[in-house]
Amino acid sequence: MADTVVEVAEGPALVLGGYDGTPLVDLDSYRAVGGYAQIAKARAMTPQEVTQQIIDSNLRGRGGAFFPTGRKASFIPTPDKVAKPIYITVNADESEPGTFKDREIMLKVPHRLLEGCLIAAHAIQSKHVFIYVRGEYGEEYRVLEHARREAEAAGLLADVTITIHRGAGAYICGEETALLESLEGKRGQPRSKPPFPAIQGLYASPTLINNVESITNMPIVLEVGPEEYAQIGAPPDSTGTRLFCLSGNVVRPGVYEAPHGITVRHLIDDIGGGIAGGRKLKAVMVGGSSFPVMTPDELDTNLDANSLGQKGLFIGSGVVCAIDDRTCIVQFALRVAQFYMHESCGKCTPCRVGTRWLVQILRAVEDGTARKQDLAICLDVCDRIIGKCLCVLGDSAAMPVASCVTKFRDEFNAHLEHGGCPFCEDSSLAHLFAPVDQHAHTPVAEAGSDGGKAAVARPEDRVASGAPWGAEP
Amino acid sequence: MSVYEEIARQYPESKSAILPALRHAQERYGWLSREAFEEVADALDLTPAYCMSVASFYDMFHLEPVGTHTIEVCTNVCCGLVNAQPVLEAFESELGIRAGQTTDDGEITLRAVECLGGCSTPTIVAVDHVYKQSVTPDDVAKIVEDLRG
Repeated sequence: MADTVVEVAEGPALVLGGYDGTPLVDLDSYRAVGGYAQIAKARAMTPQEVTQQIIDSNLRGRGGAFFPTGRKASFIPTPDKVAKPIYITVNADESEPGTFKDREIMLKVPHRLLEGCLIAAHAIQSKHVFIYVRGEYGEEYRVLEHARREAEAAGLLADVTITIHRGAGAYICGEETALLESLEGKRGQPRSKPPFPAIQGLYASPTLINNVESITNMPIVLEVGPEEYAQIGAPPDSTGTRLFCLSGNVVRPGVYEAPHGITVRHLIDDIGGGIAGGRKLKAVMVGGSSFPVMTPDELDTNLDANSLGQKGLFIGSGVVCAIDDRTCIVQFALRVAQFYMHESCGKCTPCRVGTRWLVQILRAVEDGTARKQDLAICLDVCDRIIGKCLCVLGDSAAMPVASCVTKFRDEFNAHLEHGGCPFCEDSSLAHLFAPVDQHAHTPVAEAGSDGGKAAVARPEDRVASGAPWGAEP
Repeated sequence: MSVYEEIARQYPESKSAILPALRHAQERYGWLSREAFEEVADALDLTPAYCMSVASFYDMFHLEPVGTHTIEVCTNVCCGLVNAQPVLEAFESELGIRAGQTTDDGEITLRAVECLGGCSTPTIVAVDHVYKQSVTPDDVAKIVEDLRG
């Protein structure tokens, strides 16, 4: 049972700076590599000066949206403008499939995250920071809480309170407004925006929300200086390094820190040792499962927002998951759709019903009960989800599914012609069980993967028969 | 001061304490029974119905009894690409139950779960919420044996 590989693949070592295989979990070990020097520097500056340094570095959000971190901080009103407290919430609800970097930050350099929190707190003059850690992360919580207590005992928090809050298992709580709802003690359902969290966030007060890796970069920006930071990686838009999450069918998966702008091919072949078992690559999940998939002819694309953007791809949370040539892409699309169906909060109809339909259609393609027109219907359903909801969870199902159908059309057609999956013998994703099928109340569970295919109704059948849309339980 | 009050004290509004309070109640009773909801509701000045409505949203809360131990197998794509399905099936056959069920002796609940965030060491199996990395079907018998003591 091997440990996760966590290393600096290519310099400079920033987020993982000072980590050489021994986690810097104790205050002394972090101080020995210069820890907490930057918060002292920050406190000697005005809040506006600190914010300006973050803006000048062009640090952008590492959680998926890539929004300029400094600009986000500048949206927060100053205390003299509002009669309410100002809050910071750190999004440590890392749940995007393929993402496992924030937990390594919490496990390996927890004090750097805390120092980032304190710098952010000074920049926006906040006195209370909440770190929302996903519920499943037990060890991460304990390590971070230990670090927090140490920092508190050493007087490093000054007048700032840091509260580490644990989630309870809900992907949607990584969406910033759902996270706020959850932190307020409610079901984690996204809010309508505006008002944006910077104006009315936690307890209707101004709130800055940043991903763990983004916040952890703040002491680094101050340490190397914003001008130099802005030159690292792929300037001007993708500055700094990234903790790339390499997984799937590669020889050496792991968390690798490298500058923005390395190619996907370099990451998979040189850093990751290539495809395992000497096989060929069929597709790459880049950014996370929420985004369109990459095909092998796009492998020389640089891992920065603009290079990926030109190809309709996203940097997301730094995910690169290699999918080898045995894998059935229909099974991949189905499993991705099942995830989003399971995680849809149910608030917006296109997402709640649409993700279910995608699962039903893809299941029919895989099982051989689909008709030729079902692929067009599938794309149509995707189109009717994207941009139609309060948050992007539905889009996150529709984008990868639509990309699979369009980029691997031959494979979908082969299913239609073959009357089912032609790749089941070899595909690792064959018959892969999804948690959504554990819930007995879903029609999909009743249909199962082998029997009762007739129970899987198609969307347009319901329209034709006048049955209620979606026929939800 | 009760544990619940102590938890609530960390938040500007006590309602925010509902997730940690429910977690505490579940750790104490094994699952969230009517009585557990009443206890949390009383402590936080909420209604049991409200607490149930919140708990039912989150995957980690058990609204019915579960085994003394839980085995949770990640079957999302990254683990799936390597060996999640064979690992899950090995647990099903070792325990004689399907994913989502509990053994007859009430000892072990087996669940398939979504991405646990350990994608570089597939398959990830959370045994009583502690991650085991790079689990293969060959490791399954030993994991179950260790649990049963």
